[in-house]
Amino acid sequence: MHSFGYRANALLTFAVTILAFICAIASFSDNFSKQTPSAQIQLFRSLILLDSDVCGGKPVKILNINWFQKQPHGNDEVSLTLNITADLQSLYTWNTKQVFAFVAAEYETSKNSLNQVSLWDAIIPEKEHAKFWIQISNKYRFIDQGHNLRGKDFNLTLHWHVMPKTGKMFADKIVMSGYRLPDAYR
Amino acid sequence: MDWQGQKLAEQLMQILLLIAAVVAFVVGYTTASFRTMMLIYAGGVVLTSLITVPNWPFFNRHPLKWLDPSEAEKHPKPQVVVSSKKKPSKK
Repeated sequence: MHSFGYRANALLTFAVTILAFICAIASFSDNFSKQTPSAQIQLFRSLILLDSDVCGGKPVKILNINWFQKQPHGNDEVSLTLNITADLQSLYTWNTKQVFAFVAAEYETSKNSLNQVSLWDAIIPEKEHAKFWIQISNKYRFIDQGHNLRGKDFNLTLHWHVMPKTGKMFADKIVMSGYRLPDAYR
Repeated sequence: MDWQGQKLAEQLMQILLLIAAVVAFVVGYTTASFRTMMLIYAGGVVLTSLITVPNWPFFNRHPLKWLDPSEAEKHPKPQVVVSSKKKPSKK
């Protein structure tokens, strides 16, 4: 510690090492937060006029199936209107930068045991915006690899990734099952 | 700085940085503000560097006793005897 540069170097190195420890502890403190997220997606068939109470109690509801067709190349495509209600506020801690949430349709075909098609996603940087209600048609096209979708039962899953300011990213999901596509194209 | 001063500077630096880190983390965690934590820690680093890096007088309280120049002339350095043998050069 006999010269200016020597002391400055030692101080800076020690300061950065301690900073790394602070960030690690901040990330570790995320484990102690209680997380109780909830979500609902609504499916309401306008043609068959299913009462929402019949499929009530399910967190995800699809509002309407807009159209369901076979593409020129032979792949099925569906357009849905989703009514998404979610409360992800409990996921936010002091060490959260943003939450990335997306809704995926999951179903099984003879070719693949699991197909996942992402229908909608959003980046939520603020805790206040994490409790939301949105009604939109699917942001990304729901196209099957093949023509397996007629009469198909599928799950809608809301995934979220909690992205921290420093440290480990957590990801989890809510699976909502019981949705079914119509038996014929329209 | 003298030897005692150097030791003091190093200890001060380590202790001050640790205290700054602990205070920053506790305040940041309780106020749930990452930004506050970073600002307090940065302030602590700057404060520590102001205290320990420059050559303050209180680091020089036990100054080393260097030999006085006039005293040094009375005791000339002994001359080193150079050997007259030359080493054979290798080719």
